[in-house]
Amino acid sequence: MDNKLDLDLVKVDLARETAGRIADRLHNWIGDYTTTTTERAAARLLGIDGVDEGGVPLANIMVDKLDQAGILDRGIVPWLARAVVALEDSPQDIALALAHEKLDVLSIPDMANDKWREIADALAEEAAARIRATRAKREEIIKNSAEPKKPLLYVIVATGNVYEDAVQAKAAALQGADIVAVIRHTGQSLLDYVPYGPTTEGFGGTYATQENFRIVRKALDEAGEETGRYIRLVNYASGLCMPEISVMGAIERLDMMLNDAMYGILFRDINMKRTFIDQHFSRMINAYAGIIINTGEDNYLTTADAYEQGHTVLASQFINEQLALRSGLKQEQIGLGHAFEIDPSMEDGLLMEIAQAQLCRELFPRSPMKYMPPTKHVTGDIFKTYLINGMFNLVSVLTGQEIQLLGMLTEAIHTPYISDRYLSIANSQYIFNNARSLGNEIFFKEGGRIQARADQLLNEACNMLREVEEIGLEKAMEKGFFADIKRSPEGGKGSSGVIEKHVDYYNPFIDLFMNNSVLA
Amino acid sequence: MNLDYSMIKTYGDSLNDGAVQVSFTLPVPAGDEAKEAARQLALKMGFEAPAVTEMADLGAGFTFFVLYGKCMHTIDYEAIKIPKQQQEILTFYEVNALIEEELGRKVVVVAACTGSDAHTVGIDAIINMKGYMGEYGLERYPEMEAYNLGSQIPNAELLEKAVELNADAVLVSQVVTQKNIHLENLTELVELAEAEGLRDKILLICGGPRISHELAIELGYDAGFGPGTLPNHVASYIAAELIRRKQANN
Repeated sequence: MDNKLDLDLVKVDLARETAGRIADRLHNWIGDYTTTTTERAAARLLGIDGVDEGGVPLANIMVDKLDQAGILDRGIVPWLARAVVALEDSPQDIALALAHEKLDVLSIPDMANDKWREIADALAEEAAARIRATRAKREEIIKNSAEPKKPLLYVIVATGNVYEDAVQAKAAALQGADIVAVIRHTGQSLLDYVPYGPTTEGFGGTYATQENFRIVRKALDEAGEETGRYIRLVNYASGLCMPEISVMGAIERLDMMLNDAMYGILFRDINMKRTFIDQHFSRMINAYAGIIINTGEDNYLTTADAYEQGHTVLASQFINEQLALRSGLKQEQIGLGHAFEIDPSMEDGLLMEIAQAQLCRELFPRSPMKYMPPTKHVTGDIFKTYLINGMFNLVSVLTGQEIQLLGMLTEAIHTPYISDRYLSIANSQYIFNNARSLGNEIFFKEGGRIQARADQLLNEACNMLREVEEIGLEKAMEKGFFADIKRSPEGGKGSSGVIEKHVDYYNPFIDLFMNNSVLA
Repeated sequence: MNLDYSMIKTYGDSLNDGAVQVSFTLPVPAGDEAKEAARQLALKMGFEAPAVTEMADLGAGFTFFVLYGKCMHTIDYEAIKIPKQQQEILTFYEVNALIEEELGRKVVVVAACTGSDAHTVGIDAIINMKGYMGEYGLERYPEMEAYNLGSQIPNAELLEKAVELNADAVLVSQVVTQKNIHLENLTELVELAEAEGLRDKILLICGGPRISHELAIELGYDAGFGPGTLPNHVASYIAAELIRRKQANN
């Protein structure tokens, strides 16, 4: 790696090792549990899709029925495989029969492992092959498309209506966006099911549904074909349905997922245990599907002070990285998040931003860093915001960030208009092009303000990681180490969906996805 | 300067020149026709001599325009009356001292982002210990008991909590304003409070980037706080209003 900041590399290794031990400690127990959404994800992987007349997803119906029958702790796959053997029907037909009360969970006889395991593994392999094919298709399109220049331009659409989203997404791609995220309906993270079908009503964004994924994917593929590029699509594998949304993304060829190990706990008050278990399976799916995850450390800086709490971003990035690696993600798939959020009225604030961004770059040289725009200190003064966004873009190109979420001049006013997005793309294209090689030409003054700030941040991050290691991550979150937010291990939403695994628990996808050396 | 306050006009570089800039997008492809459409639209907006200074193709059949023109309309500034909070802003220490002297008990405040709104940045700035811009949040006030219920709290749950905690004031933050969802949420809370006979017992206060005191009053709140509000602004209002009400009852 570059060492423009004259970092003490012993400290860097120490931080990484400490984070590794913090992650290991969680993994001492994560494997002992499953969750309702983990099992629903397995059901979806096995082809279960659709909803009943009341709009309840079949995956939910099946998981709830197994739960009521007291056998969910074995996992959904053994029962479903037994049902396939006994009824000689497809998983989807079995799910429909359950939903229509034509089939009773307990009517499926117990059978010896050798009677159903082969079917279970074959069904799982079929699902895995489908994901591999989707992944191969992405790789093929990328191979035949123009290589995008970095930082990649990432914009959001958030109309609430998927058909309007498709129009706006396509327009953004034609204007030059490399990545388009469809922001989710503001309450979706707390739904313990995934809505179904195309949706046209949403606040602050659009529901993540598999059909909506498909509609926007198609629009972006069209824009890509017109321009000879590949436009990446992003959604949110977060909230109470992390793994299920990963499954939908894996099937519909999403390219990136917001997928943080701690975000739901901190910012949506979702139960800790639930989140740590969910993120593990969710990330395995993303890993296998070749999806790049984006972590959410930027959010710490919108809640807490960006200058004082800069080190918490680094400590969290180390932890997120180690947890992601333990779910099979490669470093190249781990888009660690950070943000340009220091108060613009601070003298030399720009230098502090450069120090933080360069430090992130150097600490995680193989990761596609996701850089988030200023939001906290921007107001309705669109002219000033446009200028601050320019500074943000300059720091990004200077420090080699890879995924640039473009700042909108109307941040703090409304969800972006089509022209806001255009102006943000124009801003970034101008600066990235105009200063493309600036980073290669610049060295930082030895012992100067930038190097000193980086050293301070690294020291503070090391100290914080040591403290977290000492008390454990759960306790650290209870004490408000991240984003100044305190969460108790027992509190939060979704805890009833955590299930201790029975000794007969079986989920073939865990082995399949974790041993994905074929893809390496 | 010969300024007539009953007929003010926008100002560019000389009085009454009416100078205005505006930008917008039209759902038509860029070209001479699009430019003329933008110009005609500006005429209808009340611009004299509008000029399109920039036209940009947004792709997918949309075009963005920047225009300058001279606005023909005038406003009677003298006729404008805006209800204002006549509240003097006190410091953290003054608020606490005032509560201790005049009320002699702790003031209970319950706060939340209601409805589907998940954006707690505003309510956190006002309530959380740390506060915002160097001003301590209400949790830090020794004479206040502040509860931040967090995001996506249904209005009914917020009121239930307010009753349970015997709250003096309820603070609601609304950040998401898409399709005016904030107005629906805010109105529902007032209606619920009225239906449950709580309206006169609790100070109802709302805040958010698109909230003004005027709007709050219109919606049936006691007060509203917009952008730039600091914790002590809200605390000053709550303390003073509770004291006013106590004195009025005596």
